[in-house]
Amino acid sequence: MAGTARGLIEVQDFCLRYETMEGAVEAVSDVSLNVQPGEFVSIVGPSGCGKSTLLNALAGFLTPSGGTVTVDGEAISGPSADRGMIFQQYSLFPWKTVRENVEFGLKMSGVSRSERERRARTLLGLAGLTQFENHYPDRLSGGMKQRVGIVRALATGPRILLLDEPFGALDAQTRLIMQQILTNMWQRLKISVLFVTHDIDEAIFLSDRIYVMTARPGTIKSEIVVPLPRPREPSMTLSSEFLGLRRGLMSLIREESIRAMGGEVSLDSLKGLAINLEGQDLATVL
Amino acid sequence: MLGLVSLAVFIAVWQLLTVNHAIFYVRFTNVPSPEEVLARAILAAHNPVFGDHIWMSCRRILYGFTLASVVAIPLGLLMGRFRILREIVFPICEVTRPIPAIAWVPMAIMLWPTNEESIVFITFLGSFFPILINTLQGMATVDPVLVRAARCLGAKEASVFREVYLPASLPQIFTGLTVGMGVAWVSLIAAEMISGQFGIGYFTWEAYSLVQYSDIALGMITIGVLGLASSFAIRLLGRLAMPWGAAR
Repeated sequence: MAGTARGLIEVQDFCLRYETMEGAVEAVSDVSLNVQPGEFVSIVGPSGCGKSTLLNALAGFLTPSGGTVTVDGEAISGPSADRGMIFQQYSLFPWKTVRENVEFGLKMSGVSRSERERRARTLLGLAGLTQFENHYPDRLSGGMKQRVGIVRALATGPRILLLDEPFGALDAQTRLIMQQILTNMWQRLKISVLFVTHDIDEAIFLSDRIYVMTARPGTIKSEIVVPLPRPREPSMTLSSEFLGLRRGLMSLIREESIRAMGGEVSLDSLKGLAINLEGQDLATVL
Repeated sequence: MLGLVSLAVFIAVWQLLTVNHAIFYVRFTNVPSPEEVLARAILAAHNPVFGDHIWMSCRRILYGFTLASVVAIPLGLLMGRFRILREIVFPICEVTRPIPAIAWVPMAIMLWPTNEESIVFITFLGSFFPILINTLQGMATVDPVLVRAARCLGAKEASVFREVYLPASLPQIFTGLTVGMGVAWVSLIAAEMISGQFGIGYFTWEAYSLVQYSDIALGMITIGVLGLASSFAIRLLGRLAMPWGAAR
């Protein structure tokens, strides 16, 4: 976990097609992106654009139909504890206590019981979960479950962390706290993060860079650098810089969301509504 | 509390009907009263032969049910995991499953050299299918995100099986064991009544042949108590095996 230059994610011309009764469908086409070691990068885009598909390929669950996906120059050949993943659904093992969940990855790599216990305790301490170490997951709140999930993924010392809308099911307050916890852990561990979300504010608040994806077939529409200084405070979400980024991203995403809905809604008919909404949003925020 | 009251009412009505030799369409003339049954029960408790009957039945259940569990649970887990095995075994199951265990009695007598073995076989058959089907069901409903999470943490095939599929299927497996235990008793009693020597089912049927009407009721009650005790034991086992509370 030393801050060496590890965890370089490179995706080149990634394509994913699958066969259906009507023929081949292209879910993702020609995506190229990278995450530098220690960088926090988000992918935003309309639902169904293939954000999660890309993440699944990085995790090793999918083989690309075309292009290459590498971490530190090595092609991905299957799931591995080198690449931690956090899912939107809570994925703690219900039959294991909090500490046993955190120990799981270490157990799989053959770490001795006492060493496992020691490392899990340390990490749980850092995450403020010490008093819950012997609880079963069904006794925890949603936010706590995700916190344990993050600690569990980090326990094996992965090079990269992949997060698939991890806070989507949490309420706004909890989400804010989780974002700060994630930022803290990321800064401490200097790990590369690829974060998928449809929440624009979340992407800006967390990321160094943001990729915006188009509607299906998903491809990269644009790349935005977030120049906000760190450490970031929740109050920053009200700064003019943040709001400027937000406005830019929103218009990019809106175009794609409308495209994603197909011919059923015309751009013109939505224009008036969209301007109204935006005006109202800004008014309440300012 | 209310449960005790309702039981007391049940026994009181039973007493009333039998003492007065009530006849509606149903005839209570020969039905023993609770008092008579109690007297027989006290007598039986002092008679080692009655204890032998109970012991024989329990042993048959233990053999048949344990054998069924040992075969059906691993088979169900493997069938759930490997499609090819499922496709081979499932058709055989679907054809044999609708045949009630009792219908196997004549065949079992032909198949097995001793009477004892054929009764255990019937008990085995009765509990086998509920356990197998529920284990399969449990495997089918394992949350795929847990499997993916385990793989992301470095778990290989065997570990995923042991650490995810098995514990995730346990609640459904225990449902199968509970149902299987019930069917095991049904099958056992039927088999004992038809072909038994010894056993509580045999005791009950023999009581009818020997015109010992009180013993019929005593046998029935004993069967009920044994069934209740064994399903309670399964539930207890379930709680021990699943301390995370899935047994509730």
